[in-house]
Amino acid sequence: MGNSNDSAAQRPWFEVERRGRTLHLTAGGPWTVHHAAQLDAGLRRIDPYGMTEAQIDAGRIEEMDSTGGWLLVRTKVVLEQAGLRVTVFTAPEVYVPLLSVIESEHMVEPAEVVVRVTLAAFLERIGRATHHVLLQTAGILGYVGRVTVEWFKTLYAPRRHFRITATIHQIEEVGINALPIVGLLMVLVGVVLAYQGADQLKRFSLEIYTVNALGIGVLRELGVLITAIIIAGRSGSAFTAQIGTMKVNEEIDAMQTMGLNIDDVLILPRVTGLVIALPILTFYADIMALIGGAIMCYFELDITFPMFIRQLHQAVTIDTFLVGMIKAPVFAYVIGMVGCYEGLNVERNAASVGKLTTRSVVESVFLVIVLDAGFSIMFSILGI
Amino acid sequence: MAAEAPVIRVRGLVTRIGSKLIHDHVDLDVYRGEVIAIVGGSGSGKSVLLRSIVGLMRPTGGSVEVLGHDVLGMDEHALRWLQMRWGVLFQEGALFSSQTVAENVQVPLREYTAMPQELMNEIAAMKLSMVGLDGDAASKHPSELSGGMKKRAGLARALVLDPELVFLDEPTAGLDPIAANSFDELIRSLQRSLGLTVFMVTHDLDTLRSIADRIAVLVDKKLKIGTIESLRKDPDPWIQDYFSGPRGRAALSS
Repeated sequence: MGNSNDSAAQRPWFEVERRGRTLHLTAGGPWTVHHAAQLDAGLRRIDPYGMTEAQIDAGRIEEMDSTGGWLLVRTKVVLEQAGLRVTVFTAPEVYVPLLSVIESEHMVEPAEVVVRVTLAAFLERIGRATHHVLLQTAGILGYVGRVTVEWFKTLYAPRRHFRITATIHQIEEVGINALPIVGLLMVLVGVVLAYQGADQLKRFSLEIYTVNALGIGVLRELGVLITAIIIAGRSGSAFTAQIGTMKVNEEIDAMQTMGLNIDDVLILPRVTGLVIALPILTFYADIMALIGGAIMCYFELDITFPMFIRQLHQAVTIDTFLVGMIKAPVFAYVIGMVGCYEGLNVERNAASVGKLTTRSVVESVFLVIVLDAGFSIMFSILGI
Repeated sequence: MAAEAPVIRVRGLVTRIGSKLIHDHVDLDVYRGEVIAIVGGSGSGKSVLLRSIVGLMRPTGGSVEVLGHDVLGMDEHALRWLQMRWGVLFQEGALFSSQTVAENVQVPLREYTAMPQELMNEIAAMKLSMVGLDGDAASKHPSELSGGMKKRAGLARALVLDPELVFLDEPTAGLDPIAANSFDELIRSLQRSLGLTVFMVTHDLDTLRSIADRIAVLVDKKLKIGTIESLRKDPDPWIQDYFSGPRGRAALSS
């Protein structure tokens, strides 16, 4: 190597020269993974047309790694496949072992990273998604049926099936530990509702009816709905994540081999705990929202607490309260079921836990709102 | 070449996790082209040592130099460029689960080079075939692979930028003896053909015997470095148990 190459030391290069029917390829400079992009396209463009022999001299390559080696070997193989005889193939001695390793690997076909963007692929995705939704619905229904059967078994022989400690633990986990967040949010909901109601009703000097709007709105709808949505996000997701992680760790399989009934051990305590805890939480949420509303009424409308209570007494009946409360166990059952069902659907990889946890929350919030709409229709038909 | 600076140079490394002392002034030199194995009991801090060297964990004290650069005093940008010069194989392969094996191997290429997709496909296929995986495995997702295949794919990803140095965290743990054996051979042959320096954490006595040039034993928060022969003469009870217990004798006498 002469001094003439020093200026080009940082750039990889190759030259193609045709002498008669012989193609001479000379290469030099650094042939590494960082220079490969500069070499690749040029090497692919080498046109072997009309040549019968090739001589490759890579003796002036100063630095080569396996990517650079691949480029060289690929070029040689391509020339051979085009029918040329490669009579000379020289490379610096230090790189000969590397080249021979690569040469023994070159037969593999590269795996295609396929990106399909066609109408057919789009339709296929829609079809798959629809199929998936149907399967999912059938799966949940089947599952609800199975767990309901387990429930009745529990009633029949509570000692054998019912796990009281686990259930109480779940009540603590989903009920008592949720008190601060539910309480704070419901006070704020009460404040916001009272403020908006007062703002509108003031125009007609009917501000006292803010209490009616607040009482009916909270007790019938918002108390239970917002509580259920918070619990779906807080506990429904926790169920999926807990059961899913156990699935990943093969804990569920271990339980089955020990003859433990998964429904008894994991599902019933969670669902039962939630069904007991959510009505209590809803009651608490109702009270907190009314307190928030009362505070707002006092400051905004000068309605004192005794006035507030008296007005509330006139506005709501026990039915208003019960209409809200009766939804709570139903919502709880749905949230618990979806959470556990999705948990059991987790596959044995960590990514699946996250995916199904998201799905569990979305599904349970969706179902809670749909059911709430159903309840509204039912109550209006019944005239309550 | 003889008086070359070590590739990894650890001086006075102290690691404390909570109130527990894990490493007490550990010194270690790893030279170019050698295979060094770190052994030690469970919880003795082998993986912690590896994580400290690759910059995933900050030790309480001491200095770590890799390829002549001070890992602990580096800014993030410089560390990124240094990280390109080494590859790490984690215990379970640590493949990205949302991508196929081929895409996993291409991640460093995509991140650090400007290669066209076609060339990246070729390089990924070559590296996968070097570690003994075929095109069928390349288009699969990690969840569809066995433990041994995941490790091979992880190794292909660690090697894709042709690093000078690779770190292997328990490369043969969880593999059956035949798979473990072929993985050992694979590491040895890649180490020879690519001129790698290998730093590995292992429990496997067969691996030690067949591919480790030197062994560093982590006992009592310190490293004792030597070859199998020299370490067998060490009076430390743990080392005696390790090399001269029934498994040790069986592995080393064969």
